[in-house]
Amino acid sequence: MGEAIVITSGKGGVGKTTTSANLGTALALSGKKVCLVDTDIGLRNLDVLMGLENRIIYDLVDVAEERCKLKQALIKDKRFECLYLLPAAQTKDKSSITPEQVKKIVQELKQDYDYVIIDCPAGIEQGFKNAIAGADKSIVVTNPETASMRDADRIIGLLEQEDMEPPKLIVNRLRNHLAKNGDMLDVDEIVSVLSIELLGVVIDDENVIKAANKGEPVALQPDSKASIAYRNIARRILGESVPLLSLEEDKGFFGKIKTLLGMK
Amino acid sequence: MAMVQKLQHNVTIKGTKDGLVLLLDDKCSFDLLIEELNDKLTAGSSQMLSGPVISVKVKAGNRYLTAEQEEKLTEVLKQKENLILDDFDSNVITKAEAEEMRKDAQVVTVSKVVRSGQVLDIQGDLLLIGDVNPGATVMATGNIYILGSLKGIAHCGTKGNEEAIIAASVMKPSQLRIAHYINRAPDSYPEIGNEMEFAYISNEEKQIRIDRINAVHRLRPKLNSLL
Repeated sequence: MGEAIVITSGKGGVGKTTTSANLGTALALSGKKVCLVDTDIGLRNLDVLMGLENRIIYDLVDVAEERCKLKQALIKDKRFECLYLLPAAQTKDKSSITPEQVKKIVQELKQDYDYVIIDCPAGIEQGFKNAIAGADKSIVVTNPETASMRDADRIIGLLEQEDMEPPKLIVNRLRNHLAKNGDMLDVDEIVSVLSIELLGVVIDDENVIKAANKGEPVALQPDSKASIAYRNIARRILGESVPLLSLEEDKGFFGKIKTLLGMK
Repeated sequence: MAMVQKLQHNVTIKGTKDGLVLLLDDKCSFDLLIEELNDKLTAGSSQMLSGPVISVKVKAGNRYLTAEQEEKLTEVLKQKENLILDDFDSNVITKAEAEEMRKDAQVVTVSKVVRSGQVLDIQGDLLLIGDVNPGATVMATGNIYILGSLKGIAHCGTKGNEEAIIAASVMKPSQLRIAHYINRAPDSYPEIGNEMEFAYISNEEKQIRIDRINAVHRLRPKLNSLL
């Protein structure tokens, strides 16, 4: 019996879908059986990021309304044997499915998969209620900016009322030089306001955009900063204790020597 | 004759420097009281009952006055236009009223982070062990004490108690409300100054002021239960 983790944020555009795609990929890289579930009915994106758009035949609503079997709707990933996607419907809207239906589907998926990653739509209405219905755990994604933090705070409040473990936090799209100059909220400040456990920090990395447009999750790249961050988060989900990545920029050759000599 | 004598003892009218006090006997029936009060007001030719405007206090002793009975007394007193009813006073209250009083006097301890969109509404004083995040609201009929940072909205004295205060370890609210007074925060807070502060309504200016917590015993001495 696996566990279901919902990825949510409240505000749109902070990187829920990117996080879902990359955590799913990173967990699959560690050899776990993973199923990604896109609950953003009407605005599905997860299939695009995974590069699986053209393989969709049945979707979440079809399964809920029993037009097909659950197994028929699952799409196997191009790269991994153990990674599957249950896509959202594009032609319907959020109200075409109920939390009970989602819960039943997630329960069924948990029998076969180690991790069920649920990508939640923005907002706190029907779509959000659908997405969290079957989840055991939750991850809140936020950007280091006031608006997204306000919404994250609201979402955490709603999640705390649910019968699940306390949510964990991912700070996405951090630009270190801005945070250091005080032009952007820094991670400590965010964690102190939201007061939940920090699962990881992902640097704003242009490789994420490049990879997304190619339909290849960035977590597959060996050495980009975002990729390492996502893989570390996956390891923390698996229960390993991995220290947070150093956010410092490379100091260059002379910088390193100075550090060695204790001058800096 | 003896009957009449006895009747006269049920309602006693006393004059004080603040006005009249009606002392109602608490043993006899209420109807009897009304009857006698009627008699006294109509028959009595005393100067007090027809002179200039005068305020009246009704003291009911150990009798519980229902809302209906209060209404009836008010009606009787209205016969005399110069009498203005000031207050009813009774030694007796109902269990429900007593329970309300107990709730208004209690300190409710809550340990949590009040998050954006959440409202915490308390009867009595609120002791919050945790933060009030931006976009959150905490309300109490009495005082609010926050062991944590106040970044949202705090509203104390929600039933109109202007003596109520809001104290917070870190005072950076987006709005403060005391009874019906409202204050908006400045557009930015200075970085310095992390001393514990409290908000109150200043008597002179009739608006919300913030002061250091050391000043609280001077400005609100009644908060002290150790007298």
